Amino acid sequence: MSSDQPFITDESQVVTETRDARMTGQGDRFNSRLREAFGSSPFILTKFDKFLNWCRGSSMFMLQFGIACCSIEMMHTYAVKHDLDRFGSGVPRASPRQADVMIVPGTIVSKFAPRMKRVYDQMPEPKFVVGMGSCTISGGPFQEGYNVIKGAEEVIPIDIHVPGCPPRPEALVYGVVKLQERVANGEAAPVTVKPYELEEFSDLERDELVDKLADQIDDDELVMRYNFADSP
Amino acid sequence: MSLERPDSVDDAAIERTPDELEALLGDLVVDRDDHLNAPGFVIRPDTVQETLRTLKEQAGYDHLSVVSAQEYENRYESIYHLKKYDDPTQEVSIVVPADKDDPVSESAEPVFRTADWHEREAYDLIGIEYDGHPDLRRILLPETWQGHPLSMDYDKDRPQIATLPEHANPLEDHHKDAESDTMFLNIGPHHPATHGVLHLKTVLDGEQVADVEPDIGYLHRSEEQMAQSGTYRHQIMPYPDRWDYISAGLLNEWAYARAAEDLADIEVPEYAQVIRTMGAEMCRIAAHMLALATFALDINGDFTATFMYAINDRERVQNLLEDLTGQRLMFNYFRLGGVVWDLPEPREEFFSNTRDFLDQLPGSIEEYHNLITSNEVFQMRTIDTGVLPPEVAKNYGATGPVARASGVDYDLRRDDPYGYYDELDWDVVTEEGCDNFSRLLVRMREVEESAKIIEQCVDLLEDWPEDERTIQANVPRTLRPDDDTEIYRAVEGAKGELGIYIRADGTDKPARFKIRSPCFSNLQTLPEMANGEYIPDVIAALGSLDIVLGEVDR
Repeated sequence: MSSDQPFITDESQVVTETRDARMTGQGDRFNSRLREAFGSSPFILTKFDKFLNWCRGSSMFMLQFGIACCSIEMMHTYAVKHDLDRFGSGVPRASPRQADVMIVPGTIVSKFAPRMKRVYDQMPEPKFVVGMGSCTISGGPFQEGYNVIKGAEEVIPIDIHVPGCPPRPEALVYGVVKLQERVANGEAAPVTVKPYELEEFSDLERDELVDKLADQIDDDELVMRYNFADSP
Repeated sequence: MSLERPDSVDDAAIERTPDELEALLGDLVVDRDDHLNAPGFVIRPDTVQETLRTLKEQAGYDHLSVVSAQEYENRYESIYHLKKYDDPTQEVSIVVPADKDDPVSESAEPVFRTADWHEREAYDLIGIEYDGHPDLRRILLPETWQGHPLSMDYDKDRPQIATLPEHANPLEDHHKDAESDTMFLNIGPHHPATHGVLHLKTVLDGEQVADVEPDIGYLHRSEEQMAQSGTYRHQIMPYPDRWDYISAGLLNEWAYARAAEDLADIEVPEYAQVIRTMGAEMCRIAAHMLALATFALDINGDFTATFMYAINDRERVQNLLEDLTGQRLMFNYFRLGGVVWDLPEPREEFFSNTRDFLDQLPGSIEEYHNLITSNEVFQMRTIDTGVLPPEVAKNYGATGPVARASGVDYDLRRDDPYGYYDELDWDVVTEEGCDNFSRLLVRMREVEESAKIIEQCVDLLEDWPEDERTIQANVPRTLRPDDDTEIYRAVEGAKGELGIYIRADGTDKPARFKIRSPCFSNLQTLPEMANGEYIPDVIAALGSLDIVLGEVDR
């Protein structure tokens, strides 16, 4: 459009029917073909839980949570080309308090595990976790590392594991869609072993290590104790 | 040609022979311990500052690349790898042995500011104490960690305790400092603007930053230990991909390949060098695109479109890399002595795809200039914020786009040539602005230079005679470099000087494998850029540094 022309709406092109109906209050703007199919009895019969689970599975808010290499592929999954939003689960939330799903995209190390546990605790129920990549399964290529937690499941429960180093965006999409399917079907998370808990320092069983650290750590400070010898 | 540097001859630029250096240092030298890359002088642990100051001020060694520490059967040792910003081929290693029972060595921090973090890391992982260090604490591991993991008697099965200290609400009265009216604020370790798991301890005075202290180690994956437990030939190469994981894999692999090839005296065929050069520059484009994308998001959340465009360009270059290597992100494509396989068949298709990508790239870059660099809001946020003067950058050992945006003309591809770079026609990009905007401009212009390099490589590869396409040199199945050979070699990674120090002990695994990460040194400059600025400028400065935590923490 050239700029010297004033902007004129071509009235003949505008579908005024619904607009007029709305302005006069006659039309129902929420009307739809589906609604019409119900006819005069606009009720459906289902179980409340089933309906709610369907809602949950159809709209999932992800936690914007980048840890390591996998988060690069996770960004690609959110962005153009793979576009996770197509499946109703592509709205990354920066705050854990607004998120339903946490994708754990990377290696968990000793310094980060307590923080991840805290972020997980901050998410409201019901919450779900997708473990992305081999590091969240077993520590992956870094399993032998002196500082590496052997899988995110040692800290928080995980619903879906997506293997790969890193998994391709397609694999993550598949994992998330699988999770949505499970949520919609009301399938519960598997029972998990979580050896590492956040606890107050004074609650730890006293041993050589605890005695040694007693003057460094306050009694009510939260700590996580790693028993690397017992790790898988 | 632009590859020759402008003549700037002064005292510092004169190249001295090892014997002249020994004469300069005089009594400070107690022994010689030459490395493959540089002469090495052994000094007493209480003369570190004096030695380094002499070398810095009288011989022009103004770049402390890295401090690598290690433990021997009978002693501890810190090595200060020095070189010159003007000519990084002039190197010298200062070897400082320390007592086995009481490893104390003088800190180099008063001479080179960058030694602060490097020595903290050496203390954390090896257990050497640095006398006169301003703040000798653990840097990568939790404060409560027991033992030093890369020392000889470390037991990795022992239990450990990590703490999660509670911070009071910064808005509550009792958490403000009554006298100076400052406030403490945590940014991270889980925060969208920290580019991964970085924790910034900030002290605010009103909206201004009084002090910011990066707290790292949330992604310390024991990379050095992993490399030390792998064999040279095949087991180490997958790990470099995971240091700088922003698709910069081939650049990192080259760092290891270069160090190990020089250590084991392997000659790489020319054809493989051209493929390596091409692949590495594709990686650089992908890495800089992500830097641009996330930087735009850091400046203003409304730059989501820029993010999407840049990711789109990354997808294009990742497709090419996937054709070449078989992987999207973790390529594992280099082998010692060459690359793992030749270009994909049909070659013509690969070449035409690459050319298509190169053809559309100028248009994309034009678009980024329209979207961000010419955007007024963007300019207001980035011009003259996060200023890093060149002397400060050098003192902190900053390299890569961060140094080049401060006018430090330092690029290892030109100054310490490897691969096929010295045969090609391209320019080193520098900017004089020293601010956030310049750092972005350097990256955007480097993308254009990388495209030039790729184009020339494609031309070369297209015409390469079919019977001379050797992708691999003859390399023995098991590599056992001679006992007690040491080498430090660096390449120009996406973020700067990515170097590796290896000490061989006659076995097929390195006795010490030390990674010099450019991001580690670059991140250290953050307080210099951020202190006194407003809090949004901290975020902009951090974004412009383009750190990747996998490489900072290793």
